[in-house]
Amino acid sequence: MTAVYKKEVKGFLTSMIGYVFIAFLLVICGVYFTAYHLQGAYPKFAYTLDSVLFVFLIAVPVLTMRILAEERKQKTDQLLFTAPVSVTQVVVGKYLALVTVYLIPVAVLCIYPLILSQFGTIPYPETYTALLGFFLLGCSFLAIGLYLSSVTESQVIAAVLTFLLLFLCYVIQGIASFFPETSDGSFFTLAALTAVGAFCVYLMIGSALIAVIAGAAAEAVLTVVYVVNSSFYEGLIQKILNVLDLSGHFSDFASGILDLTAVVYYLSVIAVFLFLTVQSVQKRRWG
Amino acid sequence: MIEVTHLVKRYGDKAAVDDLSFTVEKGQIYGFLGPNGAGKSTTMNIMTGYIAPTSGEVRINGHSILDEPEEARKCIGYLPEVPPVYPEMTVAEYLTFAAELKKLPGKERAKYISDAMELTGTADVQHRLIRNLSKGYRQRVGLAQAILGFPEIIILDEPMVGLDPKQIIEIRDLIRSLSRQHTVILSSHILSEISAICDHIMIIAHGRLVASDTPDNLIRLMQGSDTLELTVRGSISASRSLLEGLGKIVSSEVRPSAEPDACDISVKMEKNADLREQIFFRCAGQRLPILRMQQSRVSLEEVFLELTGEKNPVNESMEESMEESPEEPMEEPVEESMKGYAEELMEESAKESMKGYAEEIVEEPVEGGGKS
Repeated sequence: MTAVYKKEVKGFLTSMIGYVFIAFLLVICGVYFTAYHLQGAYPKFAYTLDSVLFVFLIAVPVLTMRILAEERKQKTDQLLFTAPVSVTQVVVGKYLALVTVYLIPVAVLCIYPLILSQFGTIPYPETYTALLGFFLLGCSFLAIGLYLSSVTESQVIAAVLTFLLLFLCYVIQGIASFFPETSDGSFFTLAALTAVGAFCVYLMIGSALIAVIAGAAAEAVLTVVYVVNSSFYEGLIQKILNVLDLSGHFSDFASGILDLTAVVYYLSVIAVFLFLTVQSVQKRRWG
Repeated sequence: MIEVTHLVKRYGDKAAVDDLSFTVEKGQIYGFLGPNGAGKSTTMNIMTGYIAPTSGEVRINGHSILDEPEEARKCIGYLPEVPPVYPEMTVAEYLTFAAELKKLPGKERAKYISDAMELTGTADVQHRLIRNLSKGYRQRVGLAQAILGFPEIIILDEPMVGLDPKQIIEIRDLIRSLSRQHTVILSSHILSEISAICDHIMIIAHGRLVASDTPDNLIRLMQGSDTLELTVRGSISASRSLLEGLGKIVSSEVRPSAEPDACDISVKMEKNADLREQIFFRCAGQRLPILRMQQSRVSLEEVFLELTGEKNPVNESMEESMEESPEEPMEEPVEESMKGYAEELMEESAKESMKGYAEEIVEEPVEGGGKS
């Protein structure tokens, strides 16, 4: 694990990619910092952090796209996966390398509140809570990028997929508002989605019988719940989509609240995507 | 020691490896021989744990590659078909990374690395980026990685690809010297390469093991099909009449030669028959000058073709039988193997002729090339 970790960190810091990532993040943050705080004299650094979340959409794919896709393309994964290390160790080593490179701009950002303190009083606990949230959010984006890099051997496809998924997370609140919030509307939407899901099952496993049975069972459950307790459906779709709203969970941190559920949420996202990455690599071995 | 039992790997409906079982003993050089797409690389990838088999088991020194992958992999050094090198690293950096990855003890790491570079002749390029190295050097860096730390079992997938003749001899000597303490398994579709260094040949075709024996035994297996090749100046009909009434002939063929006014004759003889003198006197009697006469015992090439499913009538030339064969997949490898073999032969015979052994090579090309 340490061998992979060292190799990756070194790789990032001896090639352009690591520096491009760091520079990009710092330049955008610097521009906002100058505009909001130095020009606008606004004391809350979290405001800058909240405004620059969009940089992840571009910076994260840049950093993560090659990390596993390139190994597969150049067949260097044959060295990694025939060496006496487990797939999990390789994946975790690579992930920690990503986090390490990401820590560099975050460490620089930690200096900004100190600069501001020259001009007035800064609420340190709230500011550094926001920075912690910013760090955790970035870490979960990196985990997503790592996973998508493992599903393809093309860096470009990995980058585009990562961008799309991060973009989806970024705008999910807007998407959620498209869906009806009433219990009737939610019920029918979910029923329709279940039918689509059953059709997907049919396409994947090719058995109409199983797909119909599974679909019918799911529809039955939905209907029973609707008949028994229709208020359960109120705003349900919004609640479900909210789970995917990674950047939304950052707003708690940004307002200075150290919310343990949000911390657990980010750590779970990281764990789930690292697990998926390991599974995706394993699947290829068994395929 | 490696035990492979009932190994099967399917991709959809196609079986890349089909019920393969064999045991590899310590201290020998094993050669996987087979045409392209026969399942050599797949088998090696499964043995090293890179891909998982559909069914069957591989045990390395008693450790199952699936259940105890780390223990099993510690015993293996593997050079895949494409050397797994990072272009952005220097050779020394790359080998250091590989040594750490293989968990070689820190104190001996530097020595292992310098040994591996020394043996593969990569020490003088150790500070160059792998990106800037030629294919032959990349291959050697890959090889250095495989022998790093001198694992008990060294698996090499087509190790000679991209090397020049001098390097091939060097690497061959290296593999031979390694085999004193290690088990070496290598694959190739080039016959001369395999027969030159391997103690044991496993011929694989369509994912199945069709033969597993020493090179000598494989040839002995196929004895009884000695052939005589002649080029005679004269018409085809005159040449045909030459063979009439000669006993001990299984089959014969006469065709126009590349030489003007001459024809090539191939005669397949019964086992242990020797018709050379009789034919000589007949030709002399009919005043047909013999431009060339060569007795060839069955070659590994023919064993290979026979075993990999090609019905190869010995009275036809190899190329012709390839063109006529209904199953095309063999064509390319055989051509390549012939090419490789021809290069090999030239290089070897040049070396040997200095020692005065040229005659032997002309008479028994494959064996001559093999035993040098």
